[in-house]
Amino acid sequence: MVSLLDIIGPVMVGPSSSHTAGACRIGLLARSLVGGTPQRAKLELHGSFARTGEGHGTDKALVGGLLGFRPDDERLRDALDIADREGLAYRVEKTTIAEDAHPNTVRLTLERDGSSVEVVGESLGAGRVRLTRIDGFPVEVSGALWTIVLVARDQPGSIARICGILAEEGVNLATMRVTRKERGGDAFMVLELDDPPSERALSQIRKLEWVQMTRALEKVAG
Amino acid sequence: MFSSLHAAIAAAESQGVSLARVALEAESRDQGRSVDDIRSALRRALEIMRGAVDRGMQGDLRSASGLVGGDAAKLRDGPAGPLEGTLFRDVLARALAVQEVNAAMGVIVAAPTAGGAGVLPAVLTGLAASRRIDDERVVDALATAGLIGAVIAERASLSGAEGGCQAETGAAAAMAAGAATEMCGGTPGQVGHATALAMQGTLGLVCDPLGGLVEIPCVFRNATGAAIAMAAVEMAMAGIEFRIPVDEVIDTMGEIGRSMDVRYRETAGGGLAATPTGRRLTRERLVQLKKS
Repeated sequence: MVSLLDIIGPVMVGPSSSHTAGACRIGLLARSLVGGTPQRAKLELHGSFARTGEGHGTDKALVGGLLGFRPDDERLRDALDIADREGLAYRVEKTTIAEDAHPNTVRLTLERDGSSVEVVGESLGAGRVRLTRIDGFPVEVSGALWTIVLVARDQPGSIARICGILAEEGVNLATMRVTRKERGGDAFMVLELDDPPSERALSQIRKLEWVQMTRALEKVAG
Repeated sequence: MFSSLHAAIAAAESQGVSLARVALEAESRDQGRSVDDIRSALRRALEIMRGAVDRGMQGDLRSASGLVGGDAAKLRDGPAGPLEGTLFRDVLARALAVQEVNAAMGVIVAAPTAGGAGVLPAVLTGLAASRRIDDERVVDALATAGLIGAVIAERASLSGAEGGCQAETGAAAAMAAGAATEMCGGTPGQVGHATALAMQGTLGLVCDPLGGLVEIPCVFRNATGAAIAMAAVEMAMAGIEFRIPVDEVIDTMGEIGRSMDVRYRETAGGGLAATPTGRRLTRERLVQLKKS
C-alpha cells in the first residue's frame, strides 16, 4: 500500500534516493549488525553503485550510515572526513558481485571490537533497501520494521522459545525467516517486529545458552 | 490510498469536500495515524522545501562535478527576458534552486523522487508567495499532490529506471499541476484535468542523465517540468477539459515506460548522455571527481 508520506518524502540529503538515501540506510543496517560504529570497513560497490557512486556521494552515504547518520543528516556530505577523525578506517573498492546482482548492490565487511560481519545490500529505488545476505546466510531485511537477527544452534523448540519471550513482552511478530546451511548446523533467524523490542526481551534472548549472537536492527525507513 | 484518481474525485464530489481532505482521511485510515499527525509531517516537508529554495537561490552551490550550480541565481538576478518580474520566472528559478541544492548534497524532500524534487516546491511555494496563500492551504495542496503521486505509483511508476523521466519530473509536474489547481480554488474535477493536461505534456520523456548523475539535464528538466505544470493549471482553471480521462493518461505513461528502451531508463546509455559532448563531459567530470 502506497503511503502519501512516501510520496511527499523522505526528507533527505541529495542527490539520489537510491544512490544516496538508500546507500545511507544500508550503512545504518550494517552498523547495527556489529552493534555500533565499526573500526574497519571494506565497501565493495557493484554495478551502477560502482559506475556512478562517486558523483552521487554513495561512498559518503554508506560511510555516513556506518557512523550512525540518517539520510537527512547534512553531515553525510563530510562523512569521509568525519570517519577519519572518529577512527573508522574504510576502504572503497569496485567489484562485480554477480552477473545477475541488482544494479545498486554493495558488499560491506565490518569489524568492531573483535566481532565482524559481511553484509550484502541492495538499494531498490525511492530510498527502499534490502539486505540479501548476512555472513553468507540468505536474508531479506528491509529496515522498514524493527528487526532482530540471531544465530542459534539448530534444535527443536528454539523458535517457540524466542517467540514466547517476545509474546510475553507484548511485541508483535510481523515476519520471520529461518535458514541454515546444513542439518544440525547453525540456524539463522531474522524476525521483523511491529514494535521495538524491549531491552528485557533482548537480554532474555541473549541469555539462552544455545543462542550465539543476537543483534537488534533499528528501523531505518517508514 | 486510492488507486484511481477518478474514484477519489467522485468521493470528494459526493461528500462535498476537497481532494486534500479525501487524501488525508484515506492516509489516516491506511496508516493508523491521526490527520493532525500527517499534516504536521507535511508541514515539516513544506519547511524543508522552502529551506531548499532559499538555499539554492544564494547561488554559491556547486555539484560534485562542478557542472551544476548558480543558474537559479541567474534567473533571479540576471538580464531580463520576456518573463521578467513574473510569477512564471520566479517558479522556474525556484525549481532550479531546489535541484541545485540536491546536486550539491543539500537537504531536499524527495517528492516524488530526488531527481524530480524541484517541481512541486517551485510551483506551490511560488504561487503561495505571489498570492499570499496561507501555509495550511499549502499543506492541503501537498496532501493532494501525495494522492496524485500515490495513484501514479499504483498504476504506472515513479522511477526513472522503470519509466524514464516521464515517471519522475513528468509525475512531479502532474502532481504539482493538480495540487496547485486545488490551492487556487479549482474543483476536484478541475484538479483531474490539470493533472491529465500536465502529464500528457511529458509523455515519452526519457531519462538520459550524463554519466548517470542527477545533474544534466535533470536540473533543467525540473524547471521545464514546472513550466508544464503552470501551463496545465492555467488551462484547467480556465475551464479547459482534457478529453482522455486522467487515469487513462496515467496508464498510458506506465505503458510507454514499460516499452521504453533500456538506454532511456537512467542507464546513461542513450539520449543526451550518449551525445559526443555528453560523453566528453562525463569523462572530464570523472577526472574532476577523482581530484575532489
